[in-house]
Amino acid sequence: MELELSVSLFYLLLLGFAILMYVLLDGFDLGMGILYPWFNSDAEHDHLMRSVAHVWDGNETWLVFGGVILFGAFPAAYAAIASTFYLPIVLMLIGLIFRGVAFEYRFKSDTSKKYWNTAFAIGSSLAAFCQGLMLGTLVQGVPADFIDQSSFSWLSPFSLFCGLAVMAGYALLACCYLVMKSRGELQHKAARYGQRLLLIVMLSMLLVSLWTVWIEPQIRVRWFGGWHALWLIPLPLLSVLAARLLFRDLGRVNRCHQAETAVQQRHEARPFWLAATLFLLAFVGLLISVFPYLLPRQLTYLEAAAPDSSLMFMLPGIFIFLPLICAYTLWGYKIFAGKIEDYQEGY
Amino acid sequence: MELDVSILSRLQFAFTVSFHIIFPSITIGLATLIAIWEGLWLKTGNPQYLQLAKFWIKPFAITFGMGVVSGIVLSYEFGTNFSKFSEMAGAVIGPLMAYEVLTAFFLEAGFLGVMLFGWQRVSAKMHFFATVTVAVGTWISAFWIIAANSWMQTPQGHQFVDGKFEVVSWMEVIFNPSMPYRFFHMLLAAFITATFVVMATHAWYLRKGQHIDFGRKGLSMTLWIALVLTPLQAWVGDLHGLNVKEHQPVKLAAMEGIWAEKEANVPLLLFALPDMKAEKNHYEVAVPGLASLILTHSWDGELQGLKSVPAADRPNVPMVFFSFRVMVGIGMLMIGVALLGAYLRWRGTLYQSNWFLWPVSFMAPTGIIAVLAGWYVVEIGRQPWIIYGLVRTSEVVSPLPAERVLFSLTLFVLTYSLLFGVYLYFMRKLIKKGPAPVDHLQQQRIGVKASGYALSFTKTLATDAETSNSPATDPKGAN
Repeated sequence: MELELSVSLFYLLLLGFAILMYVLLDGFDLGMGILYPWFNSDAEHDHLMRSVAHVWDGNETWLVFGGVILFGAFPAAYAAIASTFYLPIVLMLIGLIFRGVAFEYRFKSDTSKKYWNTAFAIGSSLAAFCQGLMLGTLVQGVPADFIDQSSFSWLSPFSLFCGLAVMAGYALLACCYLVMKSRGELQHKAARYGQRLLLIVMLSMLLVSLWTVWIEPQIRVRWFGGWHALWLIPLPLLSVLAARLLFRDLGRVNRCHQAETAVQQRHEARPFWLAATLFLLAFVGLLISVFPYLLPRQLTYLEAAAPDSSLMFMLPGIFIFLPLICAYTLWGYKIFAGKIEDYQEGY
Repeated sequence: MELDVSILSRLQFAFTVSFHIIFPSITIGLATLIAIWEGLWLKTGNPQYLQLAKFWIKPFAITFGMGVVSGIVLSYEFGTNFSKFSEMAGAVIGPLMAYEVLTAFFLEAGFLGVMLFGWQRVSAKMHFFATVTVAVGTWISAFWIIAANSWMQTPQGHQFVDGKFEVVSWMEVIFNPSMPYRFFHMLLAAFITATFVVMATHAWYLRKGQHIDFGRKGLSMTLWIALVLTPLQAWVGDLHGLNVKEHQPVKLAAMEGIWAEKEANVPLLLFALPDMKAEKNHYEVAVPGLASLILTHSWDGELQGLKSVPAADRPNVPMVFFSFRVMVGIGMLMIGVALLGAYLRWRGTLYQSNWFLWPVSFMAPTGIIAVLAGWYVVEIGRQPWIIYGLVRTSEVVSPLPAERVLFSLTLFVLTYSLLFGVYLYFMRKLIKKGPAPVDHLQQQRIGVKASGYALSFTKTLATDAETSNSPATDPKGAN
């Protein structure tokens, strides 16, 4: 594996950044829908939805961004991935449609509220599950005849497991986000669920890691074949450390509630960042496993790259607008900082 | 019947994109109107403008939401159903869409949250800025997607390397010959669509005798806007038609129902039944020479007809022909309404003329129908080409099993039908509920820019104090 500094590599990293941003941001937002069935009262459901109602649209835009970067920078990969994953993509889109419109309609409904609750919960879960399914398939690799798109290569025990694991991961992010956005019983509940989900997520990560190393000789060689593997040891170690700290922080929130003392502000915000770190580490691990493939064992990023005229054309746009986007997105989160219940919001 | 994956994929794309375009057509114009009202409110302090903005922001929000979710589908559908096209033209279309996301989608989404939910969290000026940004974002978005579509209609600035398109000049790709016309025509269409949605609603209030002041203000403004925009649109549309004659003569021939290879002194067909097999029209109702006059500015100007190309290179003539007449017919009707409204206003009887308000109150969907019909002219008229003159649509569909596409098409039809019903139900519900009373809006503004835990407490206090004195009329006083 030789790493050549090229503009295509930049786009590969950019694609990675877009996916990571999407997973972190839409992760907590889809996670709200996954957690939905574990919260029962109308007030709790209101709270869950209101905590993300002002950002879900922006979060989902990262999915579109990832899609068009793939389209513009790696057209061959976009064509191959999208048509190979036809059914999971369509189901994910249908899920996103139902959960997206639920935001608008639920708050304006009287009699149909229960249907929008269902649409939000099932739509979010379906979208998350399909994303995990596709991720699992990508790691595992598609067969050589993937061009024959009648294959159901995305359906395997491994990919199904990844679907569930991603759901658990998103739900964990949502719990950590809720700890920031709520107080009282709801915060207590979020922290408790968060601890349990963290255990599930760590177990899943371990299992997925072992599974891939076991089924894919190429990935095994990359992680264990030679001295360079020493450089990779920090990744799992840091993951365990982040998980340990996250578990402790969530526990603190719980103890404060049991002792009926105020939760310190830094303990409210830190879980989310720790969970994000965990995702980042897992994502880097994933990149190491599949590099340099966009469609593992079939299509590398270099083979799929668009001509230089297209890659160069997008660069100024990325360098000017991406920092701006990050700035005003942050500004948006800052404006809506604080607990949801402190504002009588609506429009 | 054998299922044809090409037909199914095209049907699915046509269906999903038709459904999608309904919502941006409304939101582009509505965002602009809301920004105008909010600006007028800041400038004049007249709470009626705030009332207009705050009322229409709700229909705007649900329409925008529908546009977002149906739009995400499209950004993936190029790849799922037209993989060969994506691979072939991705280097041209992809970067244009990347710019759309970078310069428009994030901008809209980033400021939409503040626009909808931020009334109590930012200053009035900041809120206005957010609204304007959302509006401008919708225009920018239209710019890029129309650039991409127009390049497929009138491609230039590219070369063909190893079966794939590569860009030689991005300026030529973006500002291709049909782009400026299509962009302004569509932007105006969106403004007019929203104008008529608002106009119809306010006419409905007046006809019902509800929210009279509110109804008048909105009707009056939208009639002024329509008076300016609808004739302007006719002029831009005419320019666009001349551009089609220049670059896509076969599409124009289908629009006008011209069969002969070359025809001089072409009549303008008001009605006809084009027959693709017999290669002629039945039951023509025509104004002699008028089409030549409009398109060549001379009574005996020559136009190219459908027979100038083989039958395999012609679009579905009746669909293009009738769609075009639906669009133009609605356009004429709109100009008529705008002129009649101006006349009634001059006579001073506008708000009492129920015979005028009654039909106007049913005109809410007219803009959308015209937009759809116009896009059918554009998109069916360029067939069988996906990239005009270069690549055929039938050659670039993904080699998927037909049953799978049939399944997804069914899923989309069911989902979208359900959602469209729900959308209409909630639009009706919001409109029936009507605007919030003006003094109530004033109260809501107390607490602006305050933050922290004490907010709700102070808000209640301030509101009580405010109502016990006199309802404030100066919105700046609320700061």
